[in-house]
Amino acid sequence: MKNSGRAAALFLFPSFLFVLIFSLVPIFESFRLSFYRMILTLPWLGQKFVGWQNYLDLLTDPVASHSLLTTLIFVTVTVPLEVLLGLAVALVINEPFRGRGLLRAVVLVPWAIPSTVASQMWRFIFNDRYGLFNYFLFGDQTELYLAPLADPQLALGAIMVADVWKTTPFAALMILAGLQAVPDELYEAASVDGAGGWQKFRRITLPMIKPAILLAFLFRTIDALRVFDLVFVMTQGGPADSTNVLQFYGYKKSFAEGMIGAGSAVSVLVFFLALLFALLYIRILG
Amino acid sequence: MAKLAVRNLTKTFGANAVLREISFEVADGEFCVLLGPSGCGKTTLLRLVAGLEEASGGMISLDGQRIDDLPPQKRDVAFVFQSYALYPHMSVYENMAFSLRLRRLPEDGIRQRVREAARLLEIEGQLEQKPQELSGGQRQRVAVGRAIVRQPKIFLFDEPLSNLDASLRASMRVELARLHRRLRATILYITHDQAEAMTLGEKIIVLHEGKIQQLGSSSAIYRRPANPFVGRFVGSPQMNLIEGRLDEKRAVFRSGGLEIDLSEALSEGWEGYAGKALTVGIRPEDLLFAGRDDAWAQAEVEIIEDLGSDRFVHLRCGEMELLARIPAHMAVNRGEVIRLTGKPSRLHLFHQGKRVQ
Amino acid sequence: MIGALSLLPFLWFVLTSVKSAGQITAIPPQIMPAFHADFYRSAVSEHGLFRYLANSVIVAGSTTLISIAIGALAAYALTRFRFSWARSCLMLLLAISMFPQISIAGPVWKILSHLGWLNTYQGISAAYVSLSLPLAIWILSTFFRELPYEIEEAALIDGCSRLQALRKVVLPLAAPGLFTAAILVFIHAWNEFFFALIILTNSNLQTLPVGIALFPGEYTMPWGEIAAASTMATLPLVVLTLLFQRRIIRGLSAGAVKG
Ligand SMILES: Nc1ncnc2c1ncn2[C@@H]1O[C@H](COP(=O)(O)OP(=O)(O)OP(=O)(O)O)[C@@H](O)[C@H]1O
Ligand SMILES: [Mg+2]
Repeated sequence: MKNSGRAAALFLFPSFLFVLIFSLVPIFESFRLSFYRMILTLPWLGQKFVGWQNYLDLLTDPVASHSLLTTLIFVTVTVPLEVLLGLAVALVINEPFRGRGLLRAVVLVPWAIPSTVASQMWRFIFNDRYGLFNYFLFGDQTELYLAPLADPQLALGAIMVADVWKTTPFAALMILAGLQAVPDELYEAASVDGAGGWQKFRRITLPMIKPAILLAFLFRTIDALRVFDLVFVMTQGGPADSTNVLQFYGYKKSFAEGMIGAGSAVSVLVFFLALLFALLYIRILG
Repeated sequence: MAKLAVRNLTKTFGANAVLREISFEVADGEFCVLLGPSGCGKTTLLRLVAGLEEASGGMISLDGQRIDDLPPQKRDVAFVFQSYALYPHMSVYENMAFSLRLRRLPEDGIRQRVREAARLLEIEGQLEQKPQELSGGQRQRVAVGRAIVRQPKIFLFDEPLSNLDASLRASMRVELARLHRRLRATILYITHDQAEAMTLGEKIIVLHEGKIQQLGSSSAIYRRPANPFVGRFVGSPQMNLIEGRLDEKRAVFRSGGLEIDLSEALSEGWEGYAGKALTVGIRPEDLLFAGRDDAWAQAEVEIIEDLGSDRFVHLRCGEMELLARIPAHMAVNRGEVIRLTGKPSRLHLFHQGKRVQ
Repeated sequence: MIGALSLLPFLWFVLTSVKSAGQITAIPPQIMPAFHADFYRSAVSEHGLFRYLANSVIVAGSTTLISIAIGALAAYALTRFRFSWARSCLMLLLAISMFPQISIAGPVWKILSHLGWLNTYQGISAAYVSLSLPLAIWILSTFFRELPYEIEEAALIDGCSRLQALRKVVLPLAAPGLFTAAILVFIHAWNEFFFALIILTNSNLQTLPVGIALFPGEYTMPWGEIAAASTMATLPLVVLTLLFQRRIIRGLSAGAVKG
């Protein structure tokens, strides 16, 4: 069409405006601020260029490195678990049976629930006096009851359980999409060639859905790196910083302490971590 | 209705020159067929006329007015797509009425025009149905109906019959011809089916590699193909093309074991080609089995395809393979060696890709 | 089994919301609730549940409308016009959605405070629109791409302008896609917590997720009220999921975008 460039620009303009003001500019601002010292709520104090100081502070702050470690543990435990469980769920809800549509909808529920609701819900379940968790472990012996969210040994685990519950459906959906793209003829051909159930899974299903699985890994990793809502509601980073993941650490720096430069440095760090993982997965994907 | 004129039309996609310096005219009320193999740029040419694609050069005019700067909605052309492109969310009636509504015609006028078109196309019973409830042939009719109600300056058809099965195609072909006679509409019609082109086209344009190879009536194109490509593309089964050379001293053409006297076909002008490479084309129906004297060559019968009404005989003559079409009653057996000949007036001679004679 | 695992924890919370105060802390846990509406009543009267609900509806609703309207225009241009930088646009969107959204919260806060839009509906909605646009545009493009272009060209030849073709032919045909994208954007905006937390500090304007997260009471948690509010916050979503399960799955796997 004539003038398509100009017409396209016109159609794209409103979206572009939003994305520019509330995404692109903030992203660049985030990078820029990470080299400045500035108090968020006291802007009249001005900004001071401090070079790499914010990053150096991060490196030397033991809380920050502990926070990085916590985040990495969180990612390496939850993501493989979610993808594995997601794969199992996807295999089940891909089979044709009566009520499959209903089951798929039910499986989606944890994904659809607001994360703060999920957090409060799990906080209630992990309650130290009347939570279901304790009841299932110890029954009536209330003297044995644990306080998982107040125990530095257990708090992170409790948050991981909540996260796995909430986001496994998403991994399952991504893998389901991959499963649905495998043509039935392939299985039929394999049956004719004499493959059994397990062999079909190993030789056909797995290779065919490998991209979907990797994609699920990628999305889940990027997301797990910036886990925040669960921590905010369930533990506020405690006890004893045991659940103080990077994103929460950055939030506290920016909005509780108002040190937006330091907070931005954390953001940039999280971004590069995500990018690193993304590139890694893309390499594996080929 | 109107007269279409295309001058030096050129279209390139990136570095790919799809159409090169195309010029032709379609007279008022004429049924013009664009014929060419797949990928030769037919659709592109039609889309340029419709305004769905922007030309890289040249001009297009309707009734003497340039239209190449106008958007499609201002050109007053109707386009029947290969896939029909019916609006799936509208009934057949709404599909046909859509363009009239856009032009704010009174509802009465719209109803009248749609009914009339539906009657003409025999889809009156389907007016309330949705396109996906129709058969292929009915969809095709709706697509044509949508074009007819507009009473446009020119109809553009892009292989409208190619999605139909063979028998439906044959009957729709006749109906389209009848429709054209009734409406006396100016039509530019694309096909890659030469039989369709021959039966429908008052004028045929043969397109190949972005260039017009030949332009003329169907009989002219069949009888006097302008080059070997047209010779082979038009006519079924395909014309035999024999590469060879003219003798230095006489008007005799030689290729392998084959020898043809061209003194009649070339008459006086043969000296100009003395010793030069020539291509001789002869249609399978023009190859004759000869007596002893005037034979061009001997050939062995390899395969016989019996079509009932007549037979295709595949012949081997040294390195060369030739095809003859003979009446069904003529006796011939596989493995038999026969003598070949043909009428000089039925020979097509080409030199350097161009017709000579 | 799978169904039970995904549903039971939440059902437990729903049951909690209709129990009596004594039942909540009972050991062994009591499964059958007393079906009291007390917690709902106090959540409404003492904690302003309806206010949160109204705020959520306004914010998520306007975010959805705006995102889909301008996202549809953008997706249409990206899939329909031939121009050289269409691919770069889509890639840019993908890159933006890769960026940790929380990381841009500080600068967004600064911009909104410049505009005087902190603690306003338009402020939070504007932020949400820009967060949802990549998802909306991505999903809508996959739907637009499936519509045969020829139908639109037929409309142009029939006399439509570009905008008319969009309105009369493309949008009706793309309605399922628009609807799918709208559901996903709505769920996303309804559930968003972090931006709401920092932009809406005035409790009169806060949305449900913030209200639920910040429920008052450090030591004795008002579990009944929290459960009641949670049920209210989640019910619309559960209904949406049950009704439109197929669309949601389709939308999420379209281009495999995170919702
Ligand atoms: N939008 C486009 N971008 C790039 N190349 C194109 C485009 N449209 C067509 N072409 C190229 O132009 C050439 C001619 O295409 P066109 O569709 O006109 O052929 P056609 O004669 O209609 O073939 P068919 O009989 O298969 O429909 C093809 O080589 C095609 O690859
Ligand atoms: Mg074509």
